[in-house]
Amino acid sequence: MGLLAFIAQEIDPNNPFASWVNPDATGLTGAQFRGLIISGIAQGAMYGLIALGYSMVYGILGFINFAHGEVFMVGAMTGMIASNKLADAGLWETNFIGSLLIVMLLSVLVCSLTAVVMEKVAYRPLRNTPRLIPLITSIGVSFFLQNASIVLLGPSAKSYPEMPDWLKDQYTFLGISGARLLVIFAAAASMAVLWYYVENTKNGKAMRAVAEDAEIAALMGINVNRTIVKVFALGGAMAGMAGILWGVLFRSVIHSMGFLPGIKAFSAAVVGGIGHLGGAMTGGLSIGMAESVGPLMILEPLGVNGVSQLRDAVAFAMLIVMLLLRPSGIFDERLPAEDRT
Amino acid sequence: MANPEATSTDKPILETRKLSVDFGGLHALSALDIQVQRNEIVSVIGPNGAGKTTLFNAISATVEVSKGDILFEGKSLLNLEPNAITSRGIARTFQTVRLFTHMTVLENVMVSQHCHTKQNAFGALLYTKAFRTEEAEIRQRAEEVLSFFGTRLVGYRMDQPAFSLSYANRRRLEIARAMATQPKLILLDEPVAGMNPVESAELTTMIGRLRDEWDFTIVVIEHDMSVVREVSDRVVVLDHGEKIAEGNYDHVSNNPEVVEAYLGKSMTKK
Amino acid sequence: MTTIPPRPTFTQDWLRIARMGGIAAVGQTFIALSNMPVRLDERLLIKPILSMGYLILIVLPFAVGYRYGHQIKREGMPTFTPSMYEVLGGALSGALAGGGLSLLAVLLRHFDLRDPLVNWSPILLNLLTFGNATWFAVIIWIVIGTGTGAAGGLLRLLGPRAYRTAISVAITVASAAVLESLIVDIAKGLGLENLTDRLYASRGGIEWLSAIVLAVASGTLGVLGRGRFRQAKTQLSQLEGTARTQANAALIALTLAALIVLPLFAGKLTNELLANVGIFVLLALGLNIVVGLAGILDLGYVAFFAVGTYTAAVLTAATSPRISPEMPWLLALIFVVVITGLVGLFIGAPVIRMRGDYLAIVTLGFGEIIRLLFLSDWLSGWFNGAQGLVQIPPANIFGLTEIGGTEPRRVFYLVLAFCALAIYVSWRLERSRLGRAWMAVREDETVAEAMGINTVNIKLMAFVVGAMLGSFSGAIVAVKVGSVFPSSFLIVVSMVILVVVIFGGMGNIVGVIAGAAVLIGVLGGPRQPGLLAEFSEFKLLIYGALLIWMMLARPEGLIPSMRRSRELHQHEITQDAWLKN
Repeated sequence: MGLLAFIAQEIDPNNPFASWVNPDATGLTGAQFRGLIISGIAQGAMYGLIALGYSMVYGILGFINFAHGEVFMVGAMTGMIASNKLADAGLWETNFIGSLLIVMLLSVLVCSLTAVVMEKVAYRPLRNTPRLIPLITSIGVSFFLQNASIVLLGPSAKSYPEMPDWLKDQYTFLGISGARLLVIFAAAASMAVLWYYVENTKNGKAMRAVAEDAEIAALMGINVNRTIVKVFALGGAMAGMAGILWGVLFRSVIHSMGFLPGIKAFSAAVVGGIGHLGGAMTGGLSIGMAESVGPLMILEPLGVNGVSQLRDAVAFAMLIVMLLLRPSGIFDERLPAEDRT
Repeated sequence: MANPEATSTDKPILETRKLSVDFGGLHALSALDIQVQRNEIVSVIGPNGAGKTTLFNAISATVEVSKGDILFEGKSLLNLEPNAITSRGIARTFQTVRLFTHMTVLENVMVSQHCHTKQNAFGALLYTKAFRTEEAEIRQRAEEVLSFFGTRLVGYRMDQPAFSLSYANRRRLEIARAMATQPKLILLDEPVAGMNPVESAELTTMIGRLRDEWDFTIVVIEHDMSVVREVSDRVVVLDHGEKIAEGNYDHVSNNPEVVEAYLGKSMTKK
Repeated sequence: MTTIPPRPTFTQDWLRIARMGGIAAVGQTFIALSNMPVRLDERLLIKPILSMGYLILIVLPFAVGYRYGHQIKREGMPTFTPSMYEVLGGALSGALAGGGLSLLAVLLRHFDLRDPLVNWSPILLNLLTFGNATWFAVIIWIVIGTGTGAAGGLLRLLGPRAYRTAISVAITVASAAVLESLIVDIAKGLGLENLTDRLYASRGGIEWLSAIVLAVASGTLGVLGRGRFRQAKTQLSQLEGTARTQANAALIALTLAALIVLPLFAGKLTNELLANVGIFVLLALGLNIVVGLAGILDLGYVAFFAVGTYTAAVLTAATSPRISPEMPWLLALIFVVVITGLVGLFIGAPVIRMRGDYLAIVTLGFGEIIRLLFLSDWLSGWFNGAQGLVQIPPANIFGLTEIGGTEPRRVFYLVLAFCALAIYVSWRLERSRLGRAWMAVREDETVAEAMGINTVNIKLMAFVVGAMLGSFSGAIVAVKVGSVFPSSFLIVVSMVILVVVIFGGMGNIVGVIAGAAVLIGVLGGPRQPGLLAEFSEFKLLIYGALLIWMMLARPEGLIPSMRRSRELHQHEITQDAWLKN
């Protein structure tokens, strides 16, 4: 109904249907609408990158690695520290692209390491327990990482150094701000690399085999433990990438930043179909767009005040609706052997 | 042993009509027609992957039926939740023993009477007379069911967690649990699997007693041919989801198609 | 099990030493940089030897020292008799752990990493060097590490009796030190100031002489009394039938009497603490029904707490913007329970069919949505958004007494009454048809359904009952605090309640109560200070670590439920039964 009212309003702001539903709604101009879509895509691309980690781990081990959002936070924090150090050294201004690449590399490494250590310490001993046990453990890990960041780096928000001019909002390309363009491009590139790795390399094939059936894969001579470690490392790397992009786009980072994107990325993984790489990205984009456009398109025409506060609620609502209507996601989910019925 | 031709005129308690179950492209069951008469013991046999357990799962609604119908006492079981089927009077055991392992033996049997009891939270909280009577009844019935297996599951064992039981006792407890749901029809999925010969011989007579003393109709999946020969009034042979033979044990065991599909090796060995 | 002679002292498993010592060294560095030692240094435990800051720094070397001697016990596998092998190995791993701090001291002296690491400070360096030169720190930490590691290894050498005595001495002294403010407060109420004045130093901490006296006393008591205590315990557990019921009733009556009498002699501080613990006991009991009995992992439990608090506030406060019926608290309580139950039904109905892990995430989402709704402008006409609802009047109990935040003792009695109610509800339900069905669903949902249980309804029931129990604490918190803000209902609260339930022992009422008492009482709740107020910055970190550790090492919790402990002792049971037959 809200959507109908929105469409009615876009056609003619003064038509009776729209004003009956909510007389105060103003509608959107074309430029505003396009802006929202673009920021939704940029946001969604980051959710998609994080979602890959959830999706791959769930696809292989069948449990939700709740702490994955915290890996993203670790990535953003590493990026913050590294980029500030580079800025102090003057490199950030003189050679932005080079330093950004260094920062990305560093963050990807640190995040992979975090994810691998996490797997080894907290999840491997629980490999064969009921799946709620590692989930609870991962909540503990998430708590720990978040608070470790507080005690080590302090509780206040920290910021990335000043970005070069072409990344600022007033400089646009086809109406898209440079930072968003960078985010979308970098996310697409990482996704492509991951895709190639999983689909075309020996390690990637091993991963798919383990996801299909770990026991059989082990019988075929695949080192299951090592493959799982690689999956965590890859997922961590993607989260680290997302962390840097987040920092570039919003500049401000804080210890609690992993929680909401983490939950939304998980929603994205479910919406796209868990265990499915393309699905994670599709899910991320749809969640990002829904939460950027949804409040204004559906809630505001219905007469709800202060819709932008309800952005987060939109993502959750989408997750819930998806799980109720089509729990296997847009693309069919691929679950580990013991979870299929 | 009853002759299939003689009983087929009665109204069957359980009947499947053109029952098909598909998993993706795989036809686990295709157009299966089976009839079970009241107070009959029917064995379902067949090689691995023949669709025996799928048949049980279809009856107890844990898999989706693709085509056809299942009638119990003349009424369709389709589109019912598994618990509703149990309340109708069909109980089952599982091929891999699935007990509530952290609950006691007694609790396992008590909880299975759920659908025939009705005290709610308020009764429990106010500790009403009705609640206490019902609890006592549940307990009494549970003990009655457990004592069917002699001294094996009663006494101190009743208050022990189910995981502390021996393998054979777990199988027995599964049957006790099915009995406690007050069914008309019991589906036993490989009841003697993993038992030693003495235990399985004992359980075989128990299956007969279940019918004679407790008035249950029984469908049993079994690989152990000595058990099948002993208990069954009638044997249904499945292969690749289709019924390839039906009749009493001797009739079926001499059927060339069956011998070829399944019994062949073991019979020629003998 | 067979024991074989000890290993020769010098055939150490060097790799194991290096690995354990290395991990501990990293842990030591983390602890040091987390600022814990500096903050906790203010708290003296035994004056003037030991502050909590230094205690934190010797825990890890001691732990690795002890752990090094751990042998996996499997049936048919021989175990070595503990000997100097264990002590030496423990000392070496301890030395490595201490060496982590030595290295840190050197780095602290020569580098400045204050930019990302906020606690990289001269204060920390000063603490590590004891005010001396760096080389002193290097040596002293290796020495301390070696010493504590060796002590940990020595613990393996003690016989079972000596081991128990050592543990009981350590626990007595530690709890006397940790519970200082509580003990002083109660002693004051009982007129025993003289005793506590002698025990504790003026600036906090036990006098070292008193500590020795206490240790000797508890040691002798332990040696003398241990056997008897055990005897009583086994006697109690062997009672059967009515005698058992009577013994249990007597125990419960005794505990209750103590809880009723104790607050009369305690000051405000203790009563406040008790009330906080009680509120979390109440919340944890509610969550225990959902998680512990029915096996539904509800991560958004805080939502019901929030709804309970807000409903109570709206119904009783005159300042509530949209409707303000200004009901008496007891009448409002009925509405609170009903409305929270309905919200539980509303949230539960769609999610209860989902797979367990999806359900966890979705309830988490709902928990957050509820808070966002209370915070939003959209509903600010009802709940005042971030400004919250204030001036909630005290609760009037049948005109007998007024219960408000200024009177923590009365609040505690109110909490106690509701805890008793919640315990009764949990206890009765667990032993009913409903409770058995919950457990069956927790054990195996498919089979439960095949046994005729309508799993959806049964799970929904658990969800709603849990929500209702949670709403009680909401209503109490409304009168206790006198105001309510959305920021009190962060997801952290859900997590802390979950940690309490898991730490105490899922599905076990006594365990859950003990969990709340230990965690909330000592460390504190998400916003409530505990006895160790110095820990407030670190308690969430510790909760996280504790949750991981519990799941890895002791998933059955502090006090496992009867079922779980039966599982652990199943061999004994079967053996006894065999002998009896």
